[in-house]
Amino acid sequence: MKKRRMFIRMITASLMRRRSRMIVALLSIAIGATILSGLVSIYYDVPRQLGAEFRNYGANMIMTAADGSFTSADMEKGKKAVPSAELVGAAPYRYENIRLRENPVVAAGTDPEQARAASPYWLIDDGEWLQNSGELLIGAKVADSFRLKVGDDIELSFTPEAEREAAAENKTADDNYKTFRIVGILKTGGTEEEYVYMTMGDLEELTGVSDKIDLVELSVSASSDKLGEYAEDINLSVPSVHASLVKRVTASETTVLSKLQALVLLVTVVVLALTMICVATTMTAVVAERRREIGLRKAIGASNSSIIKEFMGESMLLGFFGGTVGSVLGYVFASQVSIRVFSSSISFRPLLVPITIIISIIVTGLSSLMPIRSATEVDPALVLKGE
Amino acid sequence: MSLLELKNVYKIYGELHALDDVSLKVEKGEWVSIMGPSGSGKSTMMNIIGCMDKPSKGEVLLDGVDISKESSKNLTTIRRDKIGLIFQQFHLVNYLTAVENVMLAQYYHSIPDEKEALEALERVGLADRAKHLPSQLSGGEQQRVCVARALINYPEIILADEPTGNLDEANEEIVVDLFHKLHNEGTTLIVVTHDPEVAEVAQRRLVLRNGKLAKEVINENFTGKIRFTDQ
Repeated sequence: MKKRRMFIRMITASLMRRRSRMIVALLSIAIGATILSGLVSIYYDVPRQLGAEFRNYGANMIMTAADGSFTSADMEKGKKAVPSAELVGAAPYRYENIRLRENPVVAAGTDPEQARAASPYWLIDDGEWLQNSGELLIGAKVADSFRLKVGDDIELSFTPEAEREAAAENKTADDNYKTFRIVGILKTGGTEEEYVYMTMGDLEELTGVSDKIDLVELSVSASSDKLGEYAEDINLSVPSVHASLVKRVTASETTVLSKLQALVLLVTVVVLALTMICVATTMTAVVAERRREIGLRKAIGASNSSIIKEFMGESMLLGFFGGTVGSVLGYVFASQVSIRVFSSSISFRPLLVPITIIISIIVTGLSSLMPIRSATEVDPALVLKGE
Repeated sequence: MSLLELKNVYKIYGELHALDDVSLKVEKGEWVSIMGPSGSGKSTMMNIIGCMDKPSKGEVLLDGVDISKESSKNLTTIRRDKIGLIFQQFHLVNYLTAVENVMLAQYYHSIPDEKEALEALERVGLADRAKHLPSQLSGGEQQRVCVARALINYPEIILADEPTGNLDEANEEIVVDLFHKLHNEGTTLIVVTHDPEVAEVAQRRLVLRNGKLAKEVINENFTGKIRFTDQ
């Protein structure tokens, strides 16, 4: 039989046949490994989780026209710079001055579904969200000043470019008219309350000018560094468009993230230190309990280095088992935390399994060093004295 | 040249002379027993012969090498290669089976060989108990495993410290018979014991008192025959 096989047979026998003794050590390593792998999972998942939360605060990138306005083809080209998985919403807006009961009002044409995705915080105070052609969503301030309510039919008018001169010269201008039904009152706490919203198609029909976009609001689930890269990509690839970040959103997102990650990291380090202390204590007890066995091994010819090798082998095997258990439980722990805190499942990181196992082997090995060193100081004569 | 020679050996702890000018020769193949009351220096002498301790003064020649000058690392090597130890308390590794305990001595000595270890257990009459843990063996059986372990590496000397101290009469006989067998095969035996019956069967009896060799008795009736089983 090879020496190595005997070595493996010995250390596995020591762990398996002394199960009740080793279970405490295994438990402490497994708990440490669980918390470690769980917290690391959370650490890496926090940006994704919080990113999704932050998307509730609206767009974090906007595309404006580099010169005048741009077309939907330009918007589509720009959107390609952002991976579709990260794009929560991209709402195009076109603003025109129209008239409501002969008073000037700003009308915005948009894609209702995308607008809702990009600005989930918009509140429909009364009625429902804009969906179809012929429907109008009006800002709360507009509703107030014109005393409009949901269900009212109103006529909007627009003076085309060609007719404006005539209007200026007090001649009769041929306005375009379209009748809308108010489906909802919009509350945002911002300037949006002063606008009326309709579908892009309706605004094109009203103005007689099609395929013109002033602004696109994008909500992208990515770190601010990545957002910056996307914006740069867009600026390079689509010359008619200028992309920029909504700083107040991206900056606060970064701050909150880095603080949270620092906190998780700190807890991880503390847990790691506690695990080491716990394992070291357990190993010290294990060694103390086995002084007689160590003395015997030395008496029958074990050198210090083989004593170290055997105990190190045992504790590393223990670390391996603890790490394996811990990496599985860690995932369970992380997904529970994720579900309870962020109400979403966590992604499984296969790489974390070997990393957890290796770290727990190293930690167990390191924390066993001291007690094992003291094991080599056992006097073999102890055995003869019949202690 | 004697296999083991102690020349004016002292072991001094402060005021106490645990060994006080002890000189002794043991020839190859000899069976010597060492007797003496508690505190007479038996254990100290065992530790020194067993390469687990060094004398304060004097020379200890084992196979011509003065082990009193060796480093503790070399002593481990010498102990491993030349000495087979048998203890009063049996001292087996409690989570290893009988055969694994025997293989442990091979493991530290050279290369573990399960077949050879099983043969050694057969010699002590424990072939059928090879896969048992120490807790599943009787005291006598455990001591026989220790004997198998002590002889597995063909040591120059088998050093036994009260080998029958914890055994009943039946098992004591089995162990003493094993010593006869080993002696007949040419193994050198040094047995420290309280038990006059065990001491008397040796070729030579040494009595220690207060760290000095007080008496030496040659066994005139030594037959070398196995005492109990032949009767």
